[in-house]
Amino acid sequence: MTTSTIRPASDYPPGGDAFRHRHLIGIAQLTPWEISYVLDAAEEWVDLNRSGAAKHDDRLAGLTIINAFFENSTRTLLSFEIAGKRLGADVVNMHAAQSSVKKGETLIDTAMTLNAMRADAMVIRHGSSGAVQLIADKVDCPVLNAGDGRHEHPTQALLDALTIRRRLGRVEGLTIAICGDVLHSRVARSNILALTLLGNEVRVVAPATLTPPAIDRMHVATFTDMDEGLKDADVVMMLRLQNERMDGAYLPSAREYHALYGLTPKRLEKAKPDAIVMHPGPMNRGVEIDSSVADHPTRSTITEQVEMGVAVRMACLDILTRRQRKVAGWN
Amino acid sequence: MELKPLLIANAQLIDGDTPRPGSLLVTDGRIAALDPTETPDGTETVDAKGQWLAPGIIDLGVFATDKPAFHFGGITRAALMPDAGPLDDPGLVERAAKGGKPDLWVHPVAAATKGLAGRDLAEIGLMKSAGARAIATGRNRIADSGVMRRVLAYAASLGLVTIIHAEDEGLTAGAVATDGEMATRLGLASAPAIAEAIAIARDLALVEETGAPVHFRQVTTARGLDLIRAAKAKGLPVLCGITPAHLFLSDTAIGDFRTFARLSPPLRSEDDRLACLAAVADGTIDVLSSGHDPRGPEDKRLPFAEALPGMAGAETLLALGLNLVRDGHVSPGRLFDLLAATPACLLGLDAGRLTVGMEADLILIDDGTPWQVDAKKMAAYAGNTPFDGMPVQGRATAMWKGGLRVR
Repeated sequence: MTTSTIRPASDYPPGGDAFRHRHLIGIAQLTPWEISYVLDAAEEWVDLNRSGAAKHDDRLAGLTIINAFFENSTRTLLSFEIAGKRLGADVVNMHAAQSSVKKGETLIDTAMTLNAMRADAMVIRHGSSGAVQLIADKVDCPVLNAGDGRHEHPTQALLDALTIRRRLGRVEGLTIAICGDVLHSRVARSNILALTLLGNEVRVVAPATLTPPAIDRMHVATFTDMDEGLKDADVVMMLRLQNERMDGAYLPSAREYHALYGLTPKRLEKAKPDAIVMHPGPMNRGVEIDSSVADHPTRSTITEQVEMGVAVRMACLDILTRRQRKVAGWN
Repeated sequence: MELKPLLIANAQLIDGDTPRPGSLLVTDGRIAALDPTETPDGTETVDAKGQWLAPGIIDLGVFATDKPAFHFGGITRAALMPDAGPLDDPGLVERAAKGGKPDLWVHPVAAATKGLAGRDLAEIGLMKSAGARAIATGRNRIADSGVMRRVLAYAASLGLVTIIHAEDEGLTAGAVATDGEMATRLGLASAPAIAEAIAIARDLALVEETGAPVHFRQVTTARGLDLIRAAKAKGLPVLCGITPAHLFLSDTAIGDFRTFARLSPPLRSEDDRLACLAAVADGTIDVLSSGHDPRGPEDKRLPFAEALPGMAGAETLLALGLNLVRDGHVSPGRLFDLLAATPACLLGLDAGRLTVGMEADLILIDDGTPWQVDAKKMAAYAGNTPFDGMPVQGRATAMWKGGLRVR
């Protein structure tokens, strides 16, 4: 494990030029140096989070962050909530199930309502691709995308990149296999963008029915054979398979999927001997991943990903609110 | 009301391939003479000042009766698709037919099946008597081949053309874009472009068997156009159309989740767009229409997949058609075959051409006036145009419907 890849601040453009975005909608808008800037900032928070009892930093004290989740989530919501609170912000959660969205209010109206409550940042998850950008265009505060449809989930890609960097010492020049339901996955899209941008060889390993059309145009190699796709990989990134994909429309059954695409210890042998295994969670044990792989003490990074998630989200909330907080050089 | 005879002088007549200097006399609401040597007493003269004089546009396949937009766009007649309503009842058809008179004529297109549900034949014969000029499958196709075969045969026996939407519903279920890099990057559910060719192929087989005349309202892919081309070579009674959107935009226009570019069928790849332009030039495409479908923010200011498809096209149809002339794809005369003569023929109307005896539905066009499409300043009751901000040239400056000055 190493943190030697952190660049000195002098390597980045000064002040706000280091991260030139009001919102974090997707990886698609970011440059490689902006990604690396966020990762370096997150490293600091990893240290704080591990430092013992007192994890509180008060730089966002007095700011209100609204987590508006129009789609169910436990871990991402919790992760953002903890991140906001550790920075001293007042964090409020809004779940779609208990909101007026169910009463027919349009998304824009909901967004305007939240905006009128003078939030200082909004974290939004929505089931429809493009919904977060639609809201970001209408509100006055920074918006963080916590997942929109099958489009993007940028903080997941950032925390995955950080996890890889800390485990393997770098996140460039690696061979990374992204395996599973790529078609319906925003995690896959954001990771493909981030990891290709950082100079890795990315492979997509998926059943033909779950491979997005023209995915090769995103500079990835595609495989339908899992063993071939894993060959000599440095990183094996598994995706969650939604239960409703296994009912016959896309896949015949869970057991057939496990037989062809499940990550078993034997299959993992195709990858490099020190290859790491990642999963964004929640896992379907015995379907896309065997327990013995998921719980492997040295190769599985699954709990570390969760830990990095809090740090990366702290970094994003800090960076995106600097302009409001009038941090020197950010205007 | 007594109509005075009208002479439009000093015009460039669009009655052949290229505009020619001339004048046109209207009496009793009809074209009485081209280049008359004498005019009746009391004739009112309009100096066209060298502008184009063309037949009023007959917009084949709109989804709303939106008079301000049609008048802005030089549209004197519109064939109204059956989807609102739906138009599956003679009473509704009769009311729709009276909708715009006298300054806009609406020609209802009757629903082919009850409720446009694709199961039971609608009262096509009674609706014809009530004023329906054609029948249509609506925004979707008829999935059941047996029903489609009976619809075609029945409509043909009544002398009506069947207007078809061609997309295979199995392939397009849930899709809001065409398969390709754009849809994949945006994370939008998409369908392969062959969904169109598959639907066309089935219906062409039914046309060959029944002999029924059909019009594919929008053909937007190279594969689909190849099938139409081959069917025409065989002599089948097939026409097809397109809107400017699929001629001037490809699926890159949906970038940033622009819902004004959410259309049905969806915008296609650049290769397909170029194939559509070639098909306009080689005569495979017969009709250019607006597909006018104004939709307000409640339908469009939504996440892309939740927004409804459709565009407000009436105001930009003429200007974008003139782009085809300027880019050398069609002659001015052929443009008005696409916009007026062929639609008139399909609907069985005495209009759409500058010939003696036709209804005097006329427009004057300044083909050079530059203007900019602005979604916020449209005459239509919603400004959902995918061409927002585009600079264009040419607009209708005057308009007569049946010899009556509209603007």
